[in-house]
Amino acid sequence: MQNIMTKKEYQEYVNKISPNSKILRNTVRAFVVGGLICVVGQFFTNAFKARGLDETSVAGLTAMVMIFLGALLTGLNIYDEIGRFAGAGSIIPITGFANSIVAPAMEFKSEGYVTGVGAKMFVISGPVLVYGITVSVIAGILHYLLRF
Amino acid sequence: MAEKRNGRQTVKIMNPVSIVSSASIVGPKEGQGPLRMYFDEIIEDELWGEKSWEKAESKLLRETFAKILNKGKKTPDEISYIIAGDLLNQCISAHFGLRESGIPVFGIYGACSTMTESMSLGAMLVDGGFADNVVCITSSHFCSAEKQFRFPLELGSQRPPTAQWTVTGAGGVMLSNQGTGPYIRYVTTGKIVDMGIKDANNMGGAMAPAAVDTIMTHFEDTGLQPEYYDLILTGDLGAVGSRICEELLADQGYDIKERFNDCGLMIYDRKKQDAHAGGSGCGCSATVFASYVYSEIQKGNLNNVLFIATGALLSTTSAQQGESIPCIAHAVSISRDFD
Repeated sequence: MQNIMTKKEYQEYVNKISPNSKILRNTVRAFVVGGLICVVGQFFTNAFKARGLDETSVAGLTAMVMIFLGALLTGLNIYDEIGRFAGAGSIIPITGFANSIVAPAMEFKSEGYVTGVGAKMFVISGPVLVYGITVSVIAGILHYLLRF
Repeated sequence: MAEKRNGRQTVKIMNPVSIVSSASIVGPKEGQGPLRMYFDEIIEDELWGEKSWEKAESKLLRETFAKILNKGKKTPDEISYIIAGDLLNQCISAHFGLRESGIPVFGIYGACSTMTESMSLGAMLVDGGFADNVVCITSSHFCSAEKQFRFPLELGSQRPPTAQWTVTGAGGVMLSNQGTGPYIRYVTTGKIVDMGIKDANNMGGAMAPAAVDTIMTHFEDTGLQPEYYDLILTGDLGAVGSRICEELLADQGYDIKERFNDCGLMIYDRKKQDAHAGGSGCGCSATVFASYVYSEIQKGNLNNVLFIATGALLSTTSAQQGESIPCIAHAVSISRDFD
């Protein structure tokens, strides 16, 4: 093959003729669906506030409700359909995080509760947890030091 | 050079090796596609009564094997060898599907090129007088392949337009030294070709150079021209890979446009079925050949067919380590008449 064209020429040729993702369409869909998920979150925030809960409890409760909804919709085989339509719009919110944990848990149930569900549950969200927690620890240390 | 060798990569099959029967079983999505009338069976749901995707894929292969025997009117005792493979780690679909067969098995791995790889080896075994009847069979399953190579099914992610859809299905053929055709006439075995493509979501782009290499070599080795064939059929290049294959061959002076098709483009209605660039997987070429193409040859609508299944030889580990994708394509030349 390489007597016809070099690897570099071929890669440029493939890039040229491969169709690109429809960025404008995907962005609009992500904006609309992501926005709708936030509206649902805001609805719960307002509802909890109206019941007189303090700010910290409201934030925690809203996150819990949204995570529950993300997990539930994943279990009902609906969240992947939303994701196929919305892309980043349904991956970025906390419901997407729930989806990334529940989806492998469901998939690997056939390998048992220990080596399947337990071991594979964080196969997608693991990096988010590792680096998220690491960064928050570093931020915490900096915050502590900067107080002096 | 050994007497049956016909050039650098090609073998001429000297004795009549007939494809005496074929069978295919596909999943629900494939069963809604344009070839639905040609499959032997369409399963209603992807688990098919089993507890896991892997078990379902094994069952697909096992049941397809039974159909090949029935349609070829042979008992298991009459089968000299089974040559089988699939996409899952350690080829569990093939091996688990055949563990009760009681027939000698060669397990092979050629990724999505498995169908023509097994037919190549089968034809040589029968031609060489080492076997009377050989069953060549392979399978793939969308759900088990996604689980192994990509993400869990329920994960809400988007695919790029170059991505392909793994076919759920098993297909295979029985080769025999008895029979009245269609015959396997030439076998052109592919080299591993790696043009540096790393995008696992663009398999067609990665595999097309392997197909081009094998097709060109086939013409050089045999002295045949593209016009000899009624159909030049690649395995699963999809929309992107097919275009590349056609364009590169045209650049080299082989105009195949009129007679070229790709199993990945045939199995789904790409406008209606959300299959992006088309079908892929071992089952893609296997089921399309074992159903539509085989029946068209038998009806006499196709006389000479060059069948080239293409495989991307990556693993999840190699992809994570940033390696490019080595690819392979094996060609089998099939004719209605043995002259």
